[in-house]
Amino acid sequence: MNTDTRAAHADDHHHGDSHTHSTFSGYMLGFVLSVVLTAIPFWLVMSGALPSKQITALVIMAFAVVQIVVHMIYFLHMSPKSENGWSMMALIFTIVMVVIALSGSLWVMNHLNSNMMPMHEMTGMK
Amino acid sequence: MTVAVNPSTTGEPVFYLADEHPHPEGYSTSLGFWIYLMSDCLIFAMLFAAFGVLGANYAAGPAPKDLFELPLVAVNTSMLLLSSITYGFAMLTMQQNKIAQTQMWLAITGLFGLAFIGIELSEFAHMIHEGATPQRSAFLSAFFTLVGTHGLHVSCGLIWLVTLMVQVGKFGLIEANRRRLMCLSMFWHFLDVVWIGVFTFVYLLGVLR
Repeated sequence: MNTDTRAAHADDHHHGDSHTHSTFSGYMLGFVLSVVLTAIPFWLVMSGALPSKQITALVIMAFAVVQIVVHMIYFLHMSPKSENGWSMMALIFTIVMVVIALSGSLWVMNHLNSNMMPMHEMTGMK
Repeated sequence: MTVAVNPSTTGEPVFYLADEHPHPEGYSTSLGFWIYLMSDCLIFAMLFAAFGVLGANYAAGPAPKDLFELPLVAVNTSMLLLSSITYGFAMLTMQQNKIAQTQMWLAITGLFGLAFIGIELSEFAHMIHEGATPQRSAFLSAFFTLVGTHGLHVSCGLIWLVTLMVQVGKFGLIEANRRRLMCLSMFWHFLDVVWIGVFTFVYLLGVLR
């Protein structure tokens, strides 16, 4: 392999510099969005503005998901094209694993809790 | 991709891939570091799952409502968010090759990170002083493990930050240092992403319960 093909190779791929296309406006937009998406859940919980706790819980979880996406795009510069799509692939795989681990643990342990006999009933059964 | 045929002495052809062209140094670092972050994400997922399962087992001890002060958590959250944006500014000034400004933004990032750790440690000290130690209940064990692991990550990030400031001071913004700063950028922003989960699921939902 001679130096010409090496140079051609370096031109083709642009390894490594896919992360450097960050801009001031991108960071600021991400920051402002994050501040808003953080402030609203804190305000909702601290003021108790929504009538039911369950609705508040669902709303602040939705805000968290949106803010995570905002961070991914504006701070971590995630895009389907970065690293020829392999970053996105790893991310999707991780999200699948996290969802299985979290929902599975909560589901199984919750059922286990409700199927177990409480201690005080157990002592009364002798 | 080409397959080269190398006739060996026995006459049988030996096949091998001849695409081992040289890569520039560190060309795969960002993908490799991303995969590390994803594996770190799994650690946090397990700790979140443990907290989700054990978070309501107070063992007649203090509940989140008695322990957490949301204004303090809000201040802590803003410290981490501000450190994220100042690290972003450090990356922007790095792109413009301004060493002094990059160092300044890195230092400001470090101070915000230090403030975050300081507030978190004082919160922990206050809780432990009130008897809410990790041994008190399953909820507190899960809480200290999850939030403590995040705090440990931030502390490691701070050590890394200081190391890189020394590196940049010594060698300037050379290619290797740019790559390292890029990795720390991903690490730092990733910790902010994890903190979104912590303040939502541990603090806000805890107080709501």
